[in-house]
Parts: sequence; C-alpha cells; structure tokens
Amino acid sequence: MSSEQQLKLFEVFVRSKRGLDHKHVGSLHAEDAEQALEYARDCYTRRSEGVSIWVVNSSDIVASQEEDAESFYDPMDDKPYRHATHYQLPDAVNNM
Amino acid sequence: MSQPLIDYCIAQGDDALIFGQRMTEWCYSAPFLEEDLALANVALDLIGRAQMFYQYAAELADDGRSADDIAFLRDARSYTNLLINELPRGDFAFSMARFLLVDTFNVLYLEQLVNSSDSRIAAIAAKAIKESRYHLRRSRDWVVRLGDGTEESHQRMQKGLEEVWGYHKELFIETAGERELIASGVAVDREALYSTWSKQIDTVLAEATLQRPEDGWKVVGGRDGIHTEHLGHMLSEMQYLQRSYPGVEW
Repeated sequence: MSSEQQLKLFEVFVRSKRGLDHKHVGSLHAEDAEQALEYARDCYTRRSEGVSIWVVNSSDIVASQEEDAESFYDPMDDKPYRHATHYQLPDAVNNM
Repeated sequence: MSQPLIDYCIAQGDDALIFGQRMTEWCYSAPFLEEDLALANVALDLIGRAQMFYQYAAELADDGRSADDIAFLRDARSYTNLLINELPRGDFAFSMARFLLVDTFNVLYLEQLVNSSDSRIAAIAAKAIKESRYHLRRSRDWVVRLGDGTEESHQRMQKGLEEVWGYHKELFIETAGERELIASGVAVDREALYSTWSKQIDTVLAEATLQRPEDGWKVVGGRDGIHTEHLGHMLSEMQYLQRSYPGVEW
C-alpha cells in the first residue's frame, strides 16, 4: 500500500523486565516517534512482553557492513587470552 | 435481587460489546498493518469489558443464564446499548470521530465509577479506566492528525464528526433505574459529566482545526431497545454460531 511508503520505519526495543536490557524485537511503520511508541505497545507488548519501550528511527542506525567483516571481526579469532576461560585457575579458587 | 443493577450491568456490557464487535470490522481492513493491530486491541479491550459486566449480571440474576447466553441469545429489541455504538463502521475518519466522543466520555465516567459503592463494579471500572485512557490517547491523536493534516483528511474528519455528532446526546441520558443506582452511589451521574466532556471535546477540535457541529439533531432510544436498522445485521453475524449450534464450545 502506498500509505506505508510515506510512513517512516522505526526499530523497536523492549525491556522485558526491570534490570534487563532493552532488546531489539522488530520494526514498524509510523508517522512519527509518538505514534511509533503507541504502535510498539500494540504490536510488541500485547502479551505482557515489556515494561519499557524504545523506538528509534531506522535511518538513525549506523550498521556495520558485511564486506567489513574480515577487518572487523577476524582479528579477534586468534586472541583467546581475551577470554576468562583461557586461564587455568589455581585450585584455591573454587568458584569463578 | 436488584433488577436495576442487573439492567445496568447488561447495558454497560451491551455498550462495550456492540462497540467492540463493530470495531473488529477493521480487522484486516485498517489503513496499514500497525493500525490494524492497534484497532483490534481496542476492540478486544471492549469485548473483555462486556464479558466482565455480563458475568456480574449473570451472577446477580442467578437465573441459569451465563454471560455467553446474555451476549448471544438476545434479540436486538433486548439489547440496550446506546446507538452510537452500533452505527456502521464508516470510514476511518468517522470511526475516529466516534472513538473520540465515546472515549472522552468513558474516561470521565470510569474515573468516577472506580468509586462505586458496589465493589465489583468499582473493580471492573478500575481495570477499564486504564484501557480507556489509552483508547482516548489514540483517538485524540488521530482526530488531531487528520483534522490538522491535509485538505482531504481535514474535510473527511469534519464530515465524520458531523455524521456522528447527533448521537452524542444519548451518552448523557439516564434511565429511571440508573437514577436509583446513582442515588445509592453505585452508578455515575451522566448528565453531570456533560460540561467537562464538552470542554474537552472543544479543546481537541480546536487543536485539530475542526468546527464543532451544531446541536441541531439527535437520535436516542438505545436504552429502550429501539435501535437503528444496523444492529440486527450485526447480531445475526455475531450470534450465528450460537444460534446454529446451541451450546457449542470453542
């Protein structure tokens, strides 16, 4: 429908309960941010999925690109010492 | 057993069920997906509200009828909903104009009904007021958006408002039974809400750059079971399953 083409796209983030992070749950079309918030409430929290909602203009999101994957992520693959699991714990440390 | 209270609960239930059922007609037909879901949510809120009032009515009457029987086994003449709730769906602007008038009323009404001397009614109102505040936020938003939008949206919003205007008077008419309940603190004085309602509507219309229609005509009769020709058609569809397969369960 042509009406959707005139509407802006928003990304929706929902916090499922207090203390947890907002998680991306999907996107929707709306005229402006206020309306996007209401639609997010109606589309993504109708089964009590959330206690807080963020909506963000999709066009405001800067995303990493597929072609950058090599230079972005591959250099980390050979640096296991950055993980806690890389280290042998002394026996004295029981729980970590 | 208090017949006025039973009648009151059924009337409240009828208002909610008939409006809710009418608004479900937007399902799959709304201007876009998000609004489709939002409208269905509102319609379901109203149908849930009807269920609570019918359930209470059924318990009070204790005549073997269930809430479902009250909803599905009465003819149009026995329905006591206000006419504004049964009018055909109309276009989107008409629906939003109707929502604005009804939601504004419902919020004012329910805000007082939460103090009902009947604790069950007060509890239903406490749940319903939260929903109605959200409904009003939506309808107010749309009326302003369309009224103060393009030339065409403004003109269609104004037309929708003119078409529904004559049905608002009935929101403020009390039945004899209702007056008894108002006296005992169970129900809310509808007439007393008019001036606040009127001011709130004016504020929204001003923001929406819409003209308040003249109070030239009005249509009433819903509480007496005198309905428009549209209710029977709606009931025949809504009640079809229970009429064809009595007692069938989901």
